[in-house]
Amino acid sequence: MQISEPTRIIDKDSLTCYHCGEPCKEETIAAHEKSFCCAGCKLVYEILEENNLCNYYQLNETPGSTLTKKASTARYDFLDDEKVKQQLISFTDGTTTNITLFIPQIHCSSCLWLLEHFYKLDSGVKRSTVNFLKREVNFIFNEQETSLKKIATLLNQIGYAPHFSLDNLENKKKPLSNRKVYYKLGVAFFCFGNIMLLSFPEYFGLSDVFEKEFRDLFAYLNLLLSLPVLLYADTDFFKSAWAGIRQGRLNMDFPISLGIIVMYSRSLYEILSGTGAGYMDTFAGLIFFMLTGRLFQNKSYEKLSFERDYKSYFPVSITVIENGNETTRAVSDIKPGARILVRNEELIPADAVLLKGEGNIDYSFVTGENIPVAKKSGDRIYAGGKQVGATIELEVLHEVSQSRLTQLWNESTLKQQDASEINSVVDKVSKVFTIVVIFIAIAAGLWHIFSNDMPKGLNAFTAVLIITCPCALALSYPFTLGNAIRILGNQKFYLKNTQVIEKLAAIDTIVFDKTGTITVAGAADVNYIGTPLSQNQINSIYSLATNSTHPLSRVLADHLKTAERIKIYDFAEIPGKGLGATIDGIRYKIGSASYTCNENKIHNGIEDNATKVFIAAGDEKPGYFIFRNNYRPGLAETITQLSEQKQLHLLSGDNDSERNNLELFFGKNGNMHFRQTPADKLNFIANLQNRKQNVMMLGDGLNDAGALRQSNAGIAVSDNINNFSPACDGILDANAFKKIPSFLKFSSTSMKIIYVSYTISLLYNCIGIWFAVHGNLSPLFAAIIMPLSTVTIILFTTLSSTIAARYHNLTD
Amino acid sequence: MSALFLLIGISLIVATGFLIAFIWSVRKGQYEDEYTPSVRMLLDDEISNKEEQKP
Repeated sequence: MQISEPTRIIDKDSLTCYHCGEPCKEETIAAHEKSFCCAGCKLVYEILEENNLCNYYQLNETPGSTLTKKASTARYDFLDDEKVKQQLISFTDGTTTNITLFIPQIHCSSCLWLLEHFYKLDSGVKRSTVNFLKREVNFIFNEQETSLKKIATLLNQIGYAPHFSLDNLENKKKPLSNRKVYYKLGVAFFCFGNIMLLSFPEYFGLSDVFEKEFRDLFAYLNLLLSLPVLLYADTDFFKSAWAGIRQGRLNMDFPISLGIIVMYSRSLYEILSGTGAGYMDTFAGLIFFMLTGRLFQNKSYEKLSFERDYKSYFPVSITVIENGNETTRAVSDIKPGARILVRNEELIPADAVLLKGEGNIDYSFVTGENIPVAKKSGDRIYAGGKQVGATIELEVLHEVSQSRLTQLWNESTLKQQDASEINSVVDKVSKVFTIVVIFIAIAAGLWHIFSNDMPKGLNAFTAVLIITCPCALALSYPFTLGNAIRILGNQKFYLKNTQVIEKLAAIDTIVFDKTGTITVAGAADVNYIGTPLSQNQINSIYSLATNSTHPLSRVLADHLKTAERIKIYDFAEIPGKGLGATIDGIRYKIGSASYTCNENKIHNGIEDNATKVFIAAGDEKPGYFIFRNNYRPGLAETITQLSEQKQLHLLSGDNDSERNNLELFFGKNGNMHFRQTPADKLNFIANLQNRKQNVMMLGDGLNDAGALRQSNAGIAVSDNINNFSPACDGILDANAFKKIPSFLKFSSTSMKIIYVSYTISLLYNCIGIWFAVHGNLSPLFAAIIMPLSTVTIILFTTLSSTIAARYHNLTD
Repeated sequence: MSALFLLIGISLIVATGFLIAFIWSVRKGQYEDEYTPSVRMLLDDEISNKEEQKP
């Protein structure tokens, strides 16, 4: 027998949706003794309940993602297209098909559980395996029993819409992450461990007479075990050193390779001639430690992508009208002149002219500004916008690859040089280091030869090169910055690779984008200007606004949320214009000035360019709501702190209506530039760089993409890091915005730690060289000093960067 | 002392076994996703029915 839940007090602020946990603001659907915020959430619950999958709700509270804001009408017709399908699936034998889908909504263990029990919803699916960090699900299904389209549609229905983009089609084959590093590490560790064991007897002393056979056996076994290391595990160092030489520079892998070769040759000679035990243990250990460092440095954020270009934003296919019929075509096949249909929430893939319908284009992908722009038929619409509202028909002007947006992209990619490696501090140090070491080795060798001690001369020459093989030196950089990148990641600042930290440390100029970067996307300060509204009018406006999903209506409804909801009749929403309804016999209208006949109120002062929503109540025209950008909390403080040491600039694509407000942050004489096109932004950064300034760009939308790439360190600010962000060097969670000054200081401290650890490892080298030049470098000494210096460096760098993080308040 | 030769041989064979096991695990993709299995193992099929029947 079931006992019903205690009756809840019906208060619209306290009720939350059983499925998604969103407060039930606009409507509450009570069903199955639970409350839902929308029909979508209720439907998902019903589907899951029917299939006995309610465990989903037991694992986590309100695990679902809200369905109200998203288009639940996504169409997957293109998945029936053989050509598209072939490009998406990873393997098929005609019956069994294997495909990996990217599902951005995956966020908790309930998602994992539900998606791995997908076979209960669709019996054609044999197995589904989730990769949580990559947000990917691998489906194995039977083509006879189900289809890709069915799976995608069902996933979309339960709130896990798979994401298909043009990118999926073009680079299907992803590199097999870092399997090779693991293999090499495994082989190196195996050889290192065994060689070490077989070398111990030698260290403790073997008698030449009685234990000669053991000594030979151990030496030859060591030789055998060192072969896989030489021939397989260490090849990357040789390749990198060779690539460096061909570009005319001595990178850190050059002295390493030199040390390895000399060490191996001398060991080989000693073993084969029976004159010594060689340095095989040191050799294998060195390779193992350096491969560990490499793994440490390469560990990156799999779930974030820093290389997205416009292709990851664009849909795979689009509806085309050909001879009066609607068909689905791959986006890349669209030619100028084609007529395309763009539905609600669909992205416009190419520059086009509006033919039919009311365009209401949301350019938030491109500009970060999410208030849609109204377009009339005949208007030109640029690629990258998203239609909000009714279906529109467009005529394509340029191919996808030729649109204004993609051109900007290609242009900036060309300009991007791989300057990162050349400027790296590692290269500068390794160049000097190599030259000095070779000089010492030759000098030591010659000194002994001139003293008529030829064998000792050769011995000293090789010993210097062996002992200076810069293992500890080479590990300073990856371990310090590898740890730093983790510390920053914990603080919600995700960097593409360790070199970005080095670049951040050198930054002297910071350029901010305005919309979405220093302002909060989707939020706005709302103010009412006009004759005061009666409570009845406020209630009416609130009720009207809650009926629309337009971003401005949502902001307005949120602003008036204390009002009471009353019944409305004859509701009408005219895309790009406004809303209307009859309430208590009075026709209310909210929207643009022309729609509400408020034209006479437009020209009245400084806020002329700000976004406004006008009100008409019957014949009355009381006034309008004005929407101002909402600045990020702590912005003033952040800017003040940064301006002490860096030169600051502000770039905005908008007009200068906010100039007065921004002067509060950037000062009266601040470097503010308005009405900047994406190309202007890029050129602005390039100009600063020509003046030898190191520029960090903070941006958010695709319109900053060019500037982000051009800058020395391009950081994308994002309210939700799992959303798409343009290609950049790092992604900053908007909540961590006020920590930017600390991040920059921490980066410079990290670089200082590297310099100190370079000094420490050079001290070790000096001790080694002292013994080496005198020609008495024993294998035992080498086998001790090499791991000792390595461990010192690893401990020093890790500890000091953790302490530095604490000093800069970068701990949780 | 000849037992030593035998023991060294055996120890090398055992070590090689571990190396092969490691290579096999990498090849099987065990290092592709180091996070999901830790969550998956905590999920239990059975709790669903028990929780549902709670009064």
